[in-house]
Amino acid sequence: MSEQFSVYVPKLINKQEDFVHGHRACQGCGLALAVRLILKAAGKNTIVVSPTGCLEIISTPYPQSAWNLPWVHVAFENAAAVAGGIEGAFKALRAKNKKDNKKINIIAIGGDGGTSDIGLQALSGAFERGHDFLYVCLDNEAYMNTGIQRSSSTPFGASTTTSPSGAVSMGQITWKKNMAAIAAAHNIPYVATACPSYPFDLMEKVQTALKTQGPKYIHCLVQCPTGWGCATDLIIRLGSLAVETGIFPLYEVINGKYKLNMDFPKLRPVTDYLKFQSRFRHLKPADIAIIQKRVEQEWQALKQKVECFKKTGVK
Amino acid sequence: MAKREGIEISLAVAEAVKLADVDMVAAYPITPQTHIVEKLAEMVADGELKAAYINAESEHSAISLCLGSSIAGARTYTATSSQGLALMHEILYIASALRLPVVMTVVNRALSGPLNIWGDHSDVMGERDTGWIQFFAQNGQEAFDMTLQAFRVAEDHRVMLPVIVNIDGFTLSHVIEPIYILEQNEVNKFMKEFKPLNALDPRTPMTFGAFATPEYYIEAKKQLEQALFSSRKVITEVWNEFGKLYGRKYTPIEGYKANDANILLLTLGGIGETAQTAVDEMRDDGIKVGLLKLKLYRPFPIQELRRMCKKAKTLVIAERAMSIGGEGGPIGFEVRSAFYNEPTHLKIHDIILGLGGRDVRVEDFKMMINHALKNKPKEYELIGVRE
Repeated sequence: MSEQFSVYVPKLINKQEDFVHGHRACQGCGLALAVRLILKAAGKNTIVVSPTGCLEIISTPYPQSAWNLPWVHVAFENAAAVAGGIEGAFKALRAKNKKDNKKINIIAIGGDGGTSDIGLQALSGAFERGHDFLYVCLDNEAYMNTGIQRSSSTPFGASTTTSPSGAVSMGQITWKKNMAAIAAAHNIPYVATACPSYPFDLMEKVQTALKTQGPKYIHCLVQCPTGWGCATDLIIRLGSLAVETGIFPLYEVINGKYKLNMDFPKLRPVTDYLKFQSRFRHLKPADIAIIQKRVEQEWQALKQKVECFKKTGVK
Repeated sequence: MAKREGIEISLAVAEAVKLADVDMVAAYPITPQTHIVEKLAEMVADGELKAAYINAESEHSAISLCLGSSIAGARTYTATSSQGLALMHEILYIASALRLPVVMTVVNRALSGPLNIWGDHSDVMGERDTGWIQFFAQNGQEAFDMTLQAFRVAEDHRVMLPVIVNIDGFTLSHVIEPIYILEQNEVNKFMKEFKPLNALDPRTPMTFGAFATPEYYIEAKKQLEQALFSSRKVITEVWNEFGKLYGRKYTPIEGYKANDANILLLTLGGIGETAQTAVDEMRDDGIKVGLLKLKLYRPFPIQELRRMCKKAKTLVIAERAMSIGGEGGPIGFEVRSAFYNEPTHLKIHDIILGLGGRDVRVEDFKMMINHALKNKPKEYELIGVRE
């Protein structure tokens, strides 16, 4: 199997399906697509841990399971701790010659709530302890399977059931928590952002992460037609628009060094992304101007980080 | 041969964990913790115990790490107390539902507030319904022995359930007692290799922790209930084997001068030994008093309790926890329920005492007995309160 899918031919991609058909994801679910691609990149020797959330609910209604790999769910806020326990146990069992040394990938896949809200402490603890595992946050920007309640990852201005737009409300009034920056602040060796609209990029990042020793984090924007209020046939385009408007830049932080994966001479206006989604429908031009300004500021700040590392030559 | 040595009970528990050759220990150092985990960390650091020692960032993560470790097929141990146990609460139900043989020492201490940290049973009574097997040790030797027994029971394929070994905070955990610490070769005769029933392995992919709709949930709970009740047989087997090997006999309820007693005391944990002194002294005064020490709290030994109370007229429960707003303490509820449909005239007094580390003295038991002999039972009585 090729490691650089985008350079060689997509035909070489793993044909094995480990997240199998028959799961209960909504039509146009970006999360289901992302999981399928992640597992293709990870390969057979992989264990997946999921916290409670969309992924768990769509894939394992007893007695069914969509997982062709070992998969474990314990609770909502502890996926990183459970993954850490598995990693610690394997290490101890190998040291005592009770287990062979064949590499097994441990991947925790959580949603934005289970990562940036209730699971943040366990995640921070696992990063700090240095467990050799990959944590992927599939960020659909709200608590979607329970009825679209806002999370700390919901973008500014989005209307959700607990941050509704109304006569005196513009919806979510806080800015999206920057989880990738929080992960990078733990000085872990690999952090990346990704989106299934760029499947080769996502898969390459998963493989890079799994080849890296220590804790790794991938923050993956996943489209949610149900929660975002968009057409199901538009989701791949929406992911691209999130990237092209600078709302969700694709970048990596490798050993502290920022690298922009997709640069643009000029960003598209944010309205190109916002206008396809009913969660932003209520926004007034003045509100959109605030978002536009913030996106540009953050884009510049990110580019400065990238430039800074280029100049100093820090490797 | 085992040597009898003066050792702090927390350290004796750590010795038992080491002798059990655990693979993984995960713990949070505070809320509050004991010397058990400090000693284990030291043993790992010195290479005496070959295990992963993981410092969790909370008790919630400590028990979650343990679940991950146990699913991965490692013999797994943790210890906690009070607030830390309360923080684990959510995950304890999942540990038993996933049938993971994690062993945990709970050093029983009061729950906040007010913040207290001294001994009583209010922490673990909150975990009554979590589906864990629960032992109560009354002294250091039992704390040591039960820790070894817990692994055998938990990991038996007929059981596959997590086990809590309860030891009283401070009056046991921090006290030095003469304890027979078994040698490794002696322990090896008793302990067996941990063979997980199902473990995470890419060669045999399995789904752990699927969710159950109303069509399946009750059946899952029924299976867990059956597993917990069925563990009784294995617990008895393990205790018998332990008794044969080392000469110390364990039963779900230990009776002391109970056979011919008119009035019986019922205790959990370390206050049983204090009560024993009171029983001896009152027997000298001609009062036919006896004592029942509850060693196995879950599964609750209801048949033994009924049988052992058959001849008595009065039962005095001394418990160190209360159910605020209810009619007494959790043991009181359970014991009274056990006799409600029985043809008995047993008078049951539920006495709550020793909360938050308040001393429980020999005189307290004498006072309770004298009181119970003269008065009709109330719903419950909280004694030793300054008013």
